[in-house]
Amino acid sequence: MTTADSAGVCPSSQAVKYHGPAPTEPWLQGRLYRDAFRDRRKRLVAQPQSIFLFLLWLQVENVRLLDRVSPRRSRVGTLYLTATHTIFVENEAGVRNETWVLHSLVFSVEMQAASASGCSLLVRCKNFQVLHFVVPRERECHDVHLSLQRLSQPERCEELYCFSYKPNVDEAERRQEWDFLDPKADYSRMGLPNSLWKFSPINQHYKVSDTYPADLFVPQSATPPVIVGSSKFRSRGRFPTLSYYSKENHAAICRSSQPLSGFSARCLEDEQMLEAILRSNPRSDFMYVVDTRPKLNAIANRAAGKGYENEDNYSDVKFQFIGIENIHVMRNSQQKMLEAQGNSFKEKEKTGDGNCPSEPDSLAPPDCPLQCILDHATFLRFGHIPVFFGTLEPPTSDRYKSVKPVAEIPPTVASQSGSVPEIYIYIYVLIEKDWLSFGHKFSHRCNHLVGDPKEVSPVMDQFLECVWQLMEQFPCAFEFNARFLITIHSHVYSCQYGNFIGNNQRERVELGLRERTHSLWSYLWKNQTDYINPLYRPDHSQTQGLLRPSTAPYCFK
Amino acid sequence: MEFSEHIKTANVEDVVLRQPLHPPSRGTLCITGHHLLFSDREQGSGRKVLLLLLRNVDAIEKSVENLLAHSGPFCTEGLSQRMSGSSGTITIKCKDLRVLHLDIPGMEQSLNIARSIETLSCLDGVSEMYPFFYRPSGVGLQDQWGLSSPEKHYSQMRELHDRWRLSTVNRDYRVCPSYPPAVIVPKHAGDDVLEKAAKFRQGGRFPVLCYYHRKNGMVIMRSSQPLTGANGKRCMEDEHLLRAVIDGSDRGFVIDTRSGQQALQARMTGGGFESKSCYSSWKRLHRQMERGKALQESLIKLVEACGDQSHNMDRWLSKLENSKWLSHVQTALSTAGLLAECVERDGHSVLVHGSEGTDSTLLISTLAQLIMDPWARTLEGFLALLEREWVQAGHPFRQRCAHSAYSHARLQQESPVFLLLLDCVWQLWRQFPLALGFSEALLLRLATEAYASDYGTFLCSSHQERCALGVTDNTHCLFRALLRPRERDCYSNPLYEPTELAIWPSVHPQALQLWRGFFLRWTPQARHLEEAQEEIRNMVTEWGKLALSRCPESTQRREDVQPEHVEHLRRDTTQVQ
Repeated sequence: MTTADSAGVCPSSQAVKYHGPAPTEPWLQGRLYRDAFRDRRKRLVAQPQSIFLFLLWLQVENVRLLDRVSPRRSRVGTLYLTATHTIFVENEAGVRNETWVLHSLVFSVEMQAASASGCSLLVRCKNFQVLHFVVPRERECHDVHLSLQRLSQPERCEELYCFSYKPNVDEAERRQEWDFLDPKADYSRMGLPNSLWKFSPINQHYKVSDTYPADLFVPQSATPPVIVGSSKFRSRGRFPTLSYYSKENHAAICRSSQPLSGFSARCLEDEQMLEAILRSNPRSDFMYVVDTRPKLNAIANRAAGKGYENEDNYSDVKFQFIGIENIHVMRNSQQKMLEAQGNSFKEKEKTGDGNCPSEPDSLAPPDCPLQCILDHATFLRFGHIPVFFGTLEPPTSDRYKSVKPVAEIPPTVASQSGSVPEIYIYIYVLIEKDWLSFGHKFSHRCNHLVGDPKEVSPVMDQFLECVWQLMEQFPCAFEFNARFLITIHSHVYSCQYGNFIGNNQRERVELGLRERTHSLWSYLWKNQTDYINPLYRPDHSQTQGLLRPSTAPYCFK
Repeated sequence: MEFSEHIKTANVEDVVLRQPLHPPSRGTLCITGHHLLFSDREQGSGRKVLLLLLRNVDAIEKSVENLLAHSGPFCTEGLSQRMSGSSGTITIKCKDLRVLHLDIPGMEQSLNIARSIETLSCLDGVSEMYPFFYRPSGVGLQDQWGLSSPEKHYSQMRELHDRWRLSTVNRDYRVCPSYPPAVIVPKHAGDDVLEKAAKFRQGGRFPVLCYYHRKNGMVIMRSSQPLTGANGKRCMEDEHLLRAVIDGSDRGFVIDTRSGQQALQARMTGGGFESKSCYSSWKRLHRQMERGKALQESLIKLVEACGDQSHNMDRWLSKLENSKWLSHVQTALSTAGLLAECVERDGHSVLVHGSEGTDSTLLISTLAQLIMDPWARTLEGFLALLEREWVQAGHPFRQRCAHSAYSHARLQQESPVFLLLLDCVWQLWRQFPLALGFSEALLLRLATEAYASDYGTFLCSSHQERCALGVTDNTHCLFRALLRPRERDCYSNPLYEPTELAIWPSVHPQALQLWRGFFLRWTPQARHLEEAQEEIRNMVTEWGKLALSRCPESTQRREDVQPEHVEHLRRDTTQVQ
């Protein structure tokens, strides 16, 4: 029967049950483990070092996996906890239905009060999957609860799944995976270096800014003393540097963190730096500095010795505040949405009374970035004005990021009327360059390791959502499809590949990720047939020129 | 023609037309008895850029600069000059939710034009409407009118013949003015029983068969409410008729589209419901569905929200929520799901009625048939279904679709039930992109045609009225026109793959969406989505050709020879939608 309760989102409606990345250890593959584990039911004491010793952590029989839509349709089976996955195997003769959940994808485990039928265990995943198990005995449920909590929150980097993920690929191939992408090549695609922008080796050893990448582009006229001086005046040394350059009109997007201006401080080098950026576009006589915070937040930051550029000190600069909410607001917003999603399934009878779009909070934030993206994309094309993002956010510039890369997609995807693979790769490069190398704190924001919950925020989700909204508005303009974004999203959290581990390029080099892990990009590239948008045509009208998304509220889903 | 007395100014030069999705253009405006014509002067060739059926105009707003009030009583000589120097802007809001602006030079001219549009757009006489004048070339009026009729339905369904018969008790519309002359009823109920039962039902709409489920022989019947009144009147013939329906099986269901409370209240005004004691083998289920005015107001609120230009997310969402349109969609779909579940899963016959039996009753019986019946999901099947269940079953199109969401006129009997049906069908189409044989374009076309049409199909309120006015003899049939080869290409679903199974829609709030294609039809975003549909159609056609060229003689299934990414397309386009 063509079933349709809850199209697509219902975990139990699919025949194939791989919800984490595929198993890797040979002993996990095939049907081997089921028999192998049966008599090895012993629990070992949890010691961080020995995490890989206990291949099977726990095995519980007669567990019920409840269907999210109708409680009547539940499945009985055996629950296995291994070092890396939670596996549920259905006990039905003939069919082998397996549900795999990677531990690193587990967001929270909640144990509910015991009832006659057993003890409920609610596993929420970072990719928004919710599994509702009923374990017959309370003691067992307690064990599973504790083990899962421990397993899903690794404390040390070495425990992350990417270090134990060993697909059947030899070393040379693995190296090639990492060479697949070269962010530097992207700069040459933009036509750099040229007479206006030059390569600067100043951050080669992460001395000037430890969260910036080693390779940077700065205006021709910016000398090392100016750069160093400017970086001292910027939060975490994140001085203004190039992130996108438009060949056609010489306009550029630059990025930085907030200045340490406090109430009155100024810095001549920083002023020279901005001057240099302004001069780098010969066709324009002023530039914009766009502060992605609400103005109020910027003013409040002055008390902490940070703040925003004083207009009197910078000539030919126009300042703008866009008002994208900070990471804490985003985090709360996402939580509310997940609740809405969960609740409405519980109370679906009640919700029938008129509030169908039950996620007002989640819709509000994406609106903002797109709105200002539109402004900037327009500036880029028509204003011939270098846009410069003065950013804020003491440690790193998250909000800024969710603005900028999206702003970049329109002109780039559009301008790339060249060969097909080039565009397809482009989104990899974009994420690699603007998110990874410029130091978006993936480990902190995505809670890969146990850490400060206040640092967690779905900024990357926000970015992917913005891209998706664009795809919805321009179904023929993107070469990749929604599944591609979803795959990226779950791998940002899964830790299966080394790409998203660590907070900045320096940390990634120190962890030796290139040497020890695999790269997501080449995996996606190899499986590209799954991720191609069949409606994309390089010569389609939607692909030509700048995308002009509408930011009218009714355009968002 | 008497239209001319309404037209003071037939031609105006130098008018600027602003319409969505097009740049403003300057040209000549012309009014005829039924149309507003605008031809672009700058094109040189005098190309027609707009042909608007006046019937499509829902509301008109005029604003005039340099009002007379400004000129004092002594400037009479300057008056004429002033009047020619001034200009007016007419805003035309159409029933298909398009909004046009016309800048007309000369105040008097613009007032004349506005007045003509206003009068001509809501002429009352049916026989003066455009369908009676529409004569497309190449099609004669003698062509067959309509796709389906109860007679045809009956003769096609051989399975019906041993327990059901075709009754012509209503041949002169005496028993029930809103039913067609022939109806399908149980064999064991004679015409005298029907006549008595009709007296016991509001408007004479006695229970008739509307769907026979081949898989298990169960049926869907529809009627209007029984007139039990406050003191619980009974009608033996009505009870007998219903007993004959479930003949043999142990029980049936009555789905009442009102809440239990509403049904109780209806007894005060002479209506009522089938009580347990009199209809012992029937079980009543109440599902409250919004009707009439409330539905129209909901539509008005929704359209107002969609026209809101402020960039405020919270406001948009709260307006969308306040309109409650989506919850009406949800109720309709879930009630239809309930009906289909009774028939398909539980194997019981069902009688559906609300109060009059001409609105929500038809809505859910149609949706249930789409859910269960594979034939109803084909293009022809769907149109035939609409014809049988809406046009012939007496949905009062004339009253319900007289005005749409923009109208300032006082609400009378307007109610967008048919639009709600199309929205629900669209939700089905979106949830099952491969299961329906028709495209979104068809639903959009029907939504437009129901309010203003070149064709006679949606003109009157009942079969009787249609016969009296000679609609079938003097107008063309929309459904026939939609099935002509060229139209068929554009209204069929390229991804269609017939399935014998029932399609159970999800009615979770999360699964329902605003029908952008209709409510936001005149925005560039809708255009992009249309382009995507176009692209899908082209690809499928190309692959079809490719498949033919590769194996011309074999009758292999199309998929077998398609390049591998057809599968991706199918999967992905389901996401796009």
